[in-house]
Amino acid sequence: MNATPALNLAPLLDVQGVCKSFRKPDGDQLVVLEQVNLKLRPGEIVGLLGRSGSGKSTLLRQIAGLDTPTSGVVNYLGHPVLAPASGIAMVFQGFALFPWLTVLENVQLGLEAQGVAEDEMRKRSLQAIDLIGLDGFESAYPRELSGGMRQRVGFARALVVHPNILLMDEPFSALDVLTAETLRGDFLNLWGEGQLPIKAVLLVTHNIEEAVQMCDRLMIFSINPGRVIGEISVDLPQPRHAQDPRVRALIDRVYVEMTARPRGEVRTGPKERFPGTGIGTVLTHVSSNVLTGLIEAVSAPPYNGKADLPVIAEEQHLEVDELFPAAEALQLLRLAEVEGGDIRLTDAGLEFARGETDERKKLFARHLITYVPLAAHVRRVLDERASHTAPRSRFFDELEDYMAEDAAEQTLRTIVSWGRYAEAFAYDDHAQVFSLENPA
Amino acid sequence: MRLERLPIAVLRTRYVPGGWDVLAFLLVFAFFVYCAQAAHGLTGSLSRLEAIPISLDPSALFGYSARTALRMLIAMVASLLFTFTYATLAAKSHRAEIILVPLLDFLQSVPILTFSITILFFLQLTPGRVAGAELASIFLIFTSQAWNMAFSFYHSLRSIPDELIEAARNFQLNPWMRFWRLEVPFAMPALIWNMMMSMSGGWFFVTVSEAISVGHTTVTLPGVGSYIALAIEQKNLGAIGWAIAAMLIVILAFDQLLFRPLIASADWFRLEQEAGFTASHTWALTMMRRSRLLRFMASGFHAMLRAGIKPVAVWGAAPPRPPSLWRSRQLDYLWYAVLILIGLAALWKTTLFVLGEVRPAEIGQVLLYGLFTLIRVAVLIALASLIWVPIGVWVGLRPRVASIAQPIAQFMAAFPANLFFPFVFSAIVLFKLSPDIWLSPLMILGTQWYILFNVIVGASAIAPDLRYASENLGVHGWLWWRRVALPAVFPFYVTGAITASGGSWNASIVAEVASWGNETLTAHGLGAYISQATGAGDFQRSVLGTVVLSLFVVVLNRTFWRPLYARAERKFRIS
Repeated sequence: MNATPALNLAPLLDVQGVCKSFRKPDGDQLVVLEQVNLKLRPGEIVGLLGRSGSGKSTLLRQIAGLDTPTSGVVNYLGHPVLAPASGIAMVFQGFALFPWLTVLENVQLGLEAQGVAEDEMRKRSLQAIDLIGLDGFESAYPRELSGGMRQRVGFARALVVHPNILLMDEPFSALDVLTAETLRGDFLNLWGEGQLPIKAVLLVTHNIEEAVQMCDRLMIFSINPGRVIGEISVDLPQPRHAQDPRVRALIDRVYVEMTARPRGEVRTGPKERFPGTGIGTVLTHVSSNVLTGLIEAVSAPPYNGKADLPVIAEEQHLEVDELFPAAEALQLLRLAEVEGGDIRLTDAGLEFARGETDERKKLFARHLITYVPLAAHVRRVLDERASHTAPRSRFFDELEDYMAEDAAEQTLRTIVSWGRYAEAFAYDDHAQVFSLENPA
Repeated sequence: MRLERLPIAVLRTRYVPGGWDVLAFLLVFAFFVYCAQAAHGLTGSLSRLEAIPISLDPSALFGYSARTALRMLIAMVASLLFTFTYATLAAKSHRAEIILVPLLDFLQSVPILTFSITILFFLQLTPGRVAGAELASIFLIFTSQAWNMAFSFYHSLRSIPDELIEAARNFQLNPWMRFWRLEVPFAMPALIWNMMMSMSGGWFFVTVSEAISVGHTTVTLPGVGSYIALAIEQKNLGAIGWAIAAMLIVILAFDQLLFRPLIASADWFRLEQEAGFTASHTWALTMMRRSRLLRFMASGFHAMLRAGIKPVAVWGAAPPRPPSLWRSRQLDYLWYAVLILIGLAALWKTTLFVLGEVRPAEIGQVLLYGLFTLIRVAVLIALASLIWVPIGVWVGLRPRVASIAQPIAQFMAAFPANLFFPFVFSAIVLFKLSPDIWLSPLMILGTQWYILFNVIVGASAIAPDLRYASENLGVHGWLWWRRVALPAVFPFYVTGAITASGGSWNASIVAEVASWGNETLTAHGLGAYISQATGAGDFQRSVLGTVVLSLFVVVLNRTFWRPLYARAERKFRIS
């Protein structure tokens, strides 16, 4: 077992043409995951990188046997995975520890389920606990531990069953930055020294830096639908420091890949640079605070209107999950353009940055009504009605023809929030009614 | 690594008795003796039971309390078994769910008295023996305990976090292990709370479940309930005092030996620390944890959990899937059709049965009685809310007071309405009051406490930040109540009020008819109607009354309480 991938070995895992879709109320299919192919070989750490909604967690659950693909197949050692398999263990984002079991009992759980003899079970559990640095905490309950220690229990519990494949579902995202860093480092050390009883790792993350630091290979996912849009091999030696220029260059490359248009999409003129076609566009909720913050940051020196996304992400402490939707929202509102890992403010964006609160709101309102079809639609309906009010359900039902229920929820929430900021229309959550009048 | 810090499950030391063991041993031993004595009466014949009348001698209460306590305990075990099977089935199978859950809703609204019709069936099981009557009594207690427990368990099973379920599946826990390691522990805090409520419910109806009188069949089983019934019949105030004392002791014993340790251990089952009544340290639990004898027994329990575990296949071969026919839509529709047919048959049968005796016009009369009882319940809940919400908020903001108030309220909830008959009766006769109005407070005697309980929990859950903020802003007086306290406790209040309202409907069967000696006062209402019909052995009217009562309760729940609850959850829950 070592950290260098052996490409000639037979894959442990072979994902072939996996799709996942749901049936919408109107009978159409909503595609979450489209034609994903993936091979995992012994000695590899492979990262699945993408924003939330890209279906990467769904894929991980299919590999774990917790979910079944609509079509395609997940082969583990040549057998299709239809139920949780013994050689595949998982580490969860929220730890998923049983609060009523001690650390030792939590770790033993998987062995107990396999019917391992008592002595053997204890020996192996204590080994795993030692290995992962939990010695002395055997009798503690999860609630007595800090987040980092809890996730160590999560790791020990997964490792103790000696799985061939370790699945990690954003294992560090619920931890603070420092703790996450320590735990990542410890894990990589153990992996590099060949001390872990596992053959390969599949890591789901939305943290680009983490992905570049940990993985030998990255699969980049798009959203709507979730699809692999790029693959990057990472051939840098461990440990990889964030300040290392080669690491920085790779991070930049990932940003470029992630902001690239999906293959096959033809660009004809400047108009097509902006996404969003009709009222059926799913809007990810981004607070107006974040939008203003981003515009201000990009307009200010040293960027003066054009900035590198990874740089601005670091400076603004924005996770990929916040940065990309924010950049996309600005693009939708024609306040900025995003391409090749860069963000560039439009003239309107620069004007916004210069303006006072009132001017900003007016500009935002103008762009909202002009470029966001749903906002224009809401405004038109309110203007046309004699009462100047409309129930939320009116728009919700309409949106549901285009998207899933929770996407419709989110889209409406976004439109309400932007509409309120722009003072374009008001919304009363208690009565669930849109109206034109703002409370004085 | 220090071995003594390891939990019981992995401890493999030899058994050496310790200090706490003596106490534990005495208690366990006493429990067995107690059970044996109480069980001795089961094998006797009915005629012998009738030959030995209930004695009002206080010393007889020792034996009576033992019998009553044992019945309640057996009923509690039966309720737990019912909960674990019925609720699990409802939570796991959608086809079972669509019938089991509404059925439970209805069962919960059926008053205990209606179930006493089944006594004839139980007596026939063991002709001439006491065992049948005892079974009937235990069944009646069971019907006052089981339903809310099953509901609570069902809701818990439905709300287990996805990640924990996925972890259990990922580590391939089999259903047996999953049940004991995930589902039961997760459901435990809510279940224990409901067990305590159920126990109080059992005490509230203790006379109904022991002194059973249906038509010409009268069975009086030795127990506290029969003792109280006789004391009321003979107008013996002294005996009533003794009965109260005996009840107090038994309830305290249950509290200290059963519920306190359960609550304290359930503390560990909570996903996170929630506000509420949690006594983390109790002497009984300390005894159980420190006593090696009991630890030894606990490891036996662990062994039982493991007994159901078989090694599973090593590779990810597919488990045999049920044939697709079993999961098909067509079979769903077939199942719905079967259910509808059974429902229609039941409706047909019940209608024929009731109309065989009752004129259709009387149904209108019964509906009117239902309306009377509805007005009583509504007015009483409103009054109780006016009194207990402010008190509950006051208590809830003071943890010390809350820890004292909680056991008192719990005892009051268990207090049978019959014990108040002498006072209410005398007052009504003395001041020539209308029984239609003044008997009513008896309905809410046991149930008002649920409003208090829940409001206390809600008030103690108000975040300190919110309290500081409102203090800092100078929010006082009525504004504080309107903007801070009332919205914060509202969802909790609604939960309490739903329980109180349902309970009050059930309590109407003992509250609308009060007797003292040979005299009886009756109010006009559904409870009195059912009570009289059952006493007279008039099953048709008893069933009619029960159906109407269930309808009232279920319709009220669906059209008023549930929407209110949903609104409260959406608007006021701080998350």
